[in-house]
Amino acid sequence: MPSFPARRLLRSSLIDALVGPHGIDSYLELIRPALTVHDARASVQAVRRQTTRSVTLTLRPNAAFQGFRAGQFVRVGVEIDGVRRTRTYSPACSERAEFLELTVTAHPDGLVSRWLRERLAPGAIVHLSQASGSFALPDPRPERLALISGGSGITPVLSMLRTLCEEGFDGELAFVHYAQTRADWLYRLEVEAVAARHRGIRVAYVATREGDGHASPESLRQLIGDLDGATAMVCGPPSLIDGVSAFWPGGLRSETFTPPSLKLALAGERPTAGTIRFQRSGLTAAIASGSLLEQAEIAGLSPEFGCRMGICHTCTCRKTAGAVRDLRTGEVSDEEDEDIQLCVSVPVGDVALEI
Amino acid sequence: MPTPHPELTTEQIEALGRELDELRNRVVASLGERDAEYIRRVIRAQRGLEVGGRALLEVGWLPPAWLAGVTALSLSKILDNMEIGHNVMHGQYDWMKDPALDSKRFEWDTACPGDQWRHSHNYMHHTHTNVLGLDRDIGYGVLRMSEDQSWRPRDLGNPVYAALLALLFEWGVAVHDLEVERIQAGEISLGDKGDVLRAVWRKGRRQVLKDYLLFPLLAGPGAPFTLTGNLTANVARNLWSFMIIFCGHFPEGTHEFSLEEVEGETRGGWYLRQMLGSANLTGGSLFHLLSGNLSHQIEHHLFPDIPAHRYAEIALEVREICERYRLPYNAGPLRKQFGSVVRKIFKLALPGSGDSGQDAELTAATGLAEPVAAAA
Repeated sequence: MPSFPARRLLRSSLIDALVGPHGIDSYLELIRPALTVHDARASVQAVRRQTTRSVTLTLRPNAAFQGFRAGQFVRVGVEIDGVRRTRTYSPACSERAEFLELTVTAHPDGLVSRWLRERLAPGAIVHLSQASGSFALPDPRPERLALISGGSGITPVLSMLRTLCEEGFDGELAFVHYAQTRADWLYRLEVEAVAARHRGIRVAYVATREGDGHASPESLRQLIGDLDGATAMVCGPPSLIDGVSAFWPGGLRSETFTPPSLKLALAGERPTAGTIRFQRSGLTAAIASGSLLEQAEIAGLSPEFGCRMGICHTCTCRKTAGAVRDLRTGEVSDEEDEDIQLCVSVPVGDVALEI
Repeated sequence: MPTPHPELTTEQIEALGRELDELRNRVVASLGERDAEYIRRVIRAQRGLEVGGRALLEVGWLPPAWLAGVTALSLSKILDNMEIGHNVMHGQYDWMKDPALDSKRFEWDTACPGDQWRHSHNYMHHTHTNVLGLDRDIGYGVLRMSEDQSWRPRDLGNPVYAALLALLFEWGVAVHDLEVERIQAGEISLGDKGDVLRAVWRKGRRQVLKDYLLFPLLAGPGAPFTLTGNLTANVARNLWSFMIIFCGHFPEGTHEFSLEEVEGETRGGWYLRQMLGSANLTGGSLFHLLSGNLSHQIEHHLFPDIPAHRYAEIALEVREICERYRLPYNAGPLRKQFGSVVRKIFKLALPGSGDSGQDAELTAATGLAEPVAAAA
């Protein structure tokens, strides 16, 4: 890691003028991939498999990474067969920790999550975005807090728990985690060890498919006592958020994660219904026939274009959500945040575009 | 106007299009780690040559260092512009989703701003390849490169303009989007091109600052040696890229098209036009690399967004398709192809190379369809 004055020099406009147009990072990375001064990257320090379905990564971020607040997420990029795949994960470590800790649940159809569990090894380099997200601990800290999570939603609230303990939080804190089976419980030993070291922390692990049931006012009261006046931080699938917010009497902040999109088994199937959201212009349109470029034009937009036949890449634009089919290859792609060529793409269901 | 190849029926042209689409899909489906590793290896080589060349030119007052520095920096700029810049900006590596190889954002080590290149080259030239009146790469608005461009007295200077364009090629490319010929014709004013001028100024200034001020200043009293070294490397790159690029569409046997011919053109027709309008250069693998694989101009024009290092493999299938459809496959060594380009530049400086001459050339071009000639 270059020292602070060295990093300042490397980020200076003089260096930028000398190494233009490619930028200093494209030279530094050839010395060592994580040596970059603009691009946030991390090297993998350890890979641990806590359960049969999950993997916990310890990452050492480089100095370009500016840290995170407990509860926020980072986008993590890995290269699989030549293609950069980016996914969003919330660190589970304290926001003051030197290393980032991510726990990822591998889904049977999850390309990236399975690769992380089965293939990623210590020493590898991953790409990071700066942290973002508004799901974070309130300031000043509430006196009574309930950290409630479902499945892999445990990571941001665990980060909150760890951060609070490091801060010397002296209020009342309850930590409740829901998973389908006992085998899926994440971080149980760590959380109980933390609770044993600090006063005023109650911990409950729930296995919903093994007779423990889902979140209800009664069960939560039993687990954590009086709910009144407590602030809830909830992260998990939409059902958990909806369930808890329906009866929670006090303040509540929540974050849900989109479950891994189902592999679109759409061999030859025509796009049916859905809407196209043009995010920058705020317009929406029902899916009609024609390429996305034509449909955008019909909606009254005038995106940049050139050849209109997939050659020149002028109409390339960011697709933030949804799936599209390439008219030439027939291939359907449902990656989040990917660039697509509007003139040779048709929507398959709801699509959001950055135009 | 004659149709380009009356011996191909509409059905045959469509079948040709389907075959090429199928070939494209097969290659696209096989893209992966091998291609990622390839382009990164080229980038590593380019960065190495660049850093090495610049370092040597800092002590350019030592003659061997100057010579080695110029060689390394010239090669660096050639790799940067041809195999990396040109190809990345075509979107050949967009599928990797690596922001550093993103066609929309990529910038290269030359005076021409990436955005202008993407418009004038990726869109204008690649869509309207060799269509007179649409493809501004036919003569770059300066040269008379086709018999169908009417002769004017100023065309007597054709060879001089060509030599100047070759020496200053990066600047010629940079101002290509100004459309000087339309400004001269009074169709547009210089004011209409304010954005283009400003972008060229911004990019060009950075290039000049780096090569002709900052790096020479860093060399202290050796500044003049660094400056001349950088200048020589830029000119070497200019001459090389001019030569390669002019061999893409101007050698004898390449076909031009009229606006009428391309009206209502199908995808198959577009493919056919790319094949007839482009010419390849034969040579070894180092030559292909330094040409940015534009030596496979035919394959590049059929599949501009497929990683260029794949063209050599694809060429085998394209040749076979050309033979089957009895289409010419114009290929030859640099000496022969560039020789015919130079002859054309001189010949078209003079009036009188009329239509009869063009017909004779077309017949010659069709003759190239013989497999023996194609394997040259």
